[in-house]
Amino acid sequence: MSDASNAAPPEFTSLTDHVASLSAEGHVLHAAFVKDEPVLVLAEGEIMIGDRRVAPHQDAGILVAASDRDGIYTGGEDGKIIRTRASGESETLAHEKGKWIDALCVKGETVAWATGKTVSSRDSKGQIKSTQMASTPQGLCFLPKGYRLVISQYGGVALWFPNTDAAPEKLEWKGAHLDVTVSPDGRFIVTSMQENALHGWRLADSKDMRMTGYPSKTRCFSWSHDGEWLATSGADAAIVWPFQDKDGPMGKAPKELGVRSAKVSSVAFHPKAPVVAIGYDDSCVLMCRFTDAAELLVRRASRMDGKISAMAWDETGRRLLFGTEGGAAGVLTLP
Amino acid sequence: MSDKIPVTVLTGYLGAGKTTLLNRILTEEHGKKYAVIVNEFGEVGIDNDLVVGADEEVFEMNNGCICCTVRGDLIRIIENLMKRRGKFDAIIVETTGLADPAPVAQTFFVDEDVSARSRLDAVVTVVDAKWLADRLKDAPEAKNQIAFADVILINKTDLVSEEALAEVEKQIRAINPYAKLHRTVKSNIELDKVLGRNAFDLDRILDIAPDFLDESGAHHHHDDDMQSVSFTAGEVDPEKFMPWINEFTQVEGPKILRSKGILAFKDEPRRFVFQGVHMILDGDLQRPWRDDEKRQSKIVFIGRDLDRQAIKKAFEACLV
Repeated sequence: MSDASNAAPPEFTSLTDHVASLSAEGHVLHAAFVKDEPVLVLAEGEIMIGDRRVAPHQDAGILVAASDRDGIYTGGEDGKIIRTRASGESETLAHEKGKWIDALCVKGETVAWATGKTVSSRDSKGQIKSTQMASTPQGLCFLPKGYRLVISQYGGVALWFPNTDAAPEKLEWKGAHLDVTVSPDGRFIVTSMQENALHGWRLADSKDMRMTGYPSKTRCFSWSHDGEWLATSGADAAIVWPFQDKDGPMGKAPKELGVRSAKVSSVAFHPKAPVVAIGYDDSCVLMCRFTDAAELLVRRASRMDGKISAMAWDETGRRLLFGTEGGAAGVLTLP
Repeated sequence: MSDKIPVTVLTGYLGAGKTTLLNRILTEEHGKKYAVIVNEFGEVGIDNDLVVGADEEVFEMNNGCICCTVRGDLIRIIENLMKRRGKFDAIIVETTGLADPAPVAQTFFVDEDVSARSRLDAVVTVVDAKWLADRLKDAPEAKNQIAFADVILINKTDLVSEEALAEVEKQIRAINPYAKLHRTVKSNIELDKVLGRNAFDLDRILDIAPDFLDESGAHHHHDDDMQSVSFTAGEVDPEKFMPWINEFTQVEGPKILRSKGILAFKDEPRRFVFQGVHMILDGDLQRPWRDDEKRQSKIVFIGRDLDRQAIKKAFEACLV
């Protein structure tokens, strides 16, 4: 990036000509690139892989989805956990008959899910372990090291080693914890809460962190490529918390990027550069450079398309995929 | 917003006939599709395509208010249902016999994601004509369900005498004189009496009058701990009334199950209406007072151990 652009006031150049639109025709639950193919998971039950559509859950809707570079994992109203490959082939990994799948996360070929008060994890060899929680799990995520799962629930989070019989260890904080994320270095656990706030714990000593001031719930997190920043949705700007210090964001103000008169519904950090894609509830998408807050327009606002409900970068950071709750979607290819 | 999905909450003690009513709603010819949320798949089968099991998990909100509770499972289920909106026209939530209706109702006012997409239509309580008297003695939940109701079905009326039935009605009226009462056999009732009630819509609060003619006058039943108190007066001063009602519901919130009011504010041509659940209040200026209407203010509270004299005194201090 040139020096001239750093000195200039934030520009509002448009990238909209570089967006190829896709017609998802249904609430986009999850976006990802799998084997380089853009993938959109729809709540109605279909998965779009490039320009093909598959429906691994047949007539049932999809409730939760996660992905890694090799596959898409979905949990449906049919109680099935299914892995779908970029080829379109799918495989049922587990079946919780008559239950809805409430939460799902994946790491490598290992997938964990929750239904009711039960959490289960299936390792790459296909072995499934389950544990009962005292209250309903709301969010799941794996710690980066080892085979250990973080479960958010009412009253805090629990850490569970699926391969041991030990009861999950608890980190307590009063209130209802919704989604959960772990910093890429595994030092911090952050949850979103029912009360429009985030809560964090430093894993080493369980020290608490409060991150408040949101006008609505945070339902999307994204860590920067270097793991030093956490971008969050839920305000009229992307709220980005600093995590480079040993104390995390304590005593520090977050950065606010892409301030608009609309609520941020989705955030996605670029995989290589200090740039964050920000999606709003009026379906607008901006790209914001972290260093000088310069903004680029990716998608113009259109209220009828509903909020941006999913976004993902490809591995190289050349393409950005996004989808809305109203069924609009697109792929930006950077010039 | 009119395209919010209406939600009907069905409560009632075990065996009163909730599931019978639910299946009646689902099977009648009405051309409507319902999403049904039940407590972890109950005893009787439910005849519907879209049935979701809920685990009735109550969240206490971390806002310093002990009665401010919501149903966490309901928030998640409704959020998920709303992603497939074309699949249904309305939602019915069936609670267990032991459930407190407050967290269910409060979910629709406290959670902004839920309230943006759905609205509480009414709390419908089914009671067993034969066993209600016993339940009122031994089960506080049964009382809550009656106090909370907008519509009450006195079911299984074929199993009791007319005198016993009148006694049951009196007991219900002692707790909640404002709900619509219907006598039923096998939960048989016209569906428009339980669905599409708009009971929480401020625009639909037309009048606050007990739903019965008090023929005897003298024979008032009193429930020991649950009662309704209501007052009628002339014009009130909003500068005094608003701070009072806010503080009163904040402090006494745990005791107040439902509240409702229509007020004539001094120099205000429109009616002010409010309704509340525990300490959550929803109020707004409504249509103008008509020429043929008497500009009078009326407030009602249904709750436990309410201090009638103290409330009366405080309300009267707000009068112009």
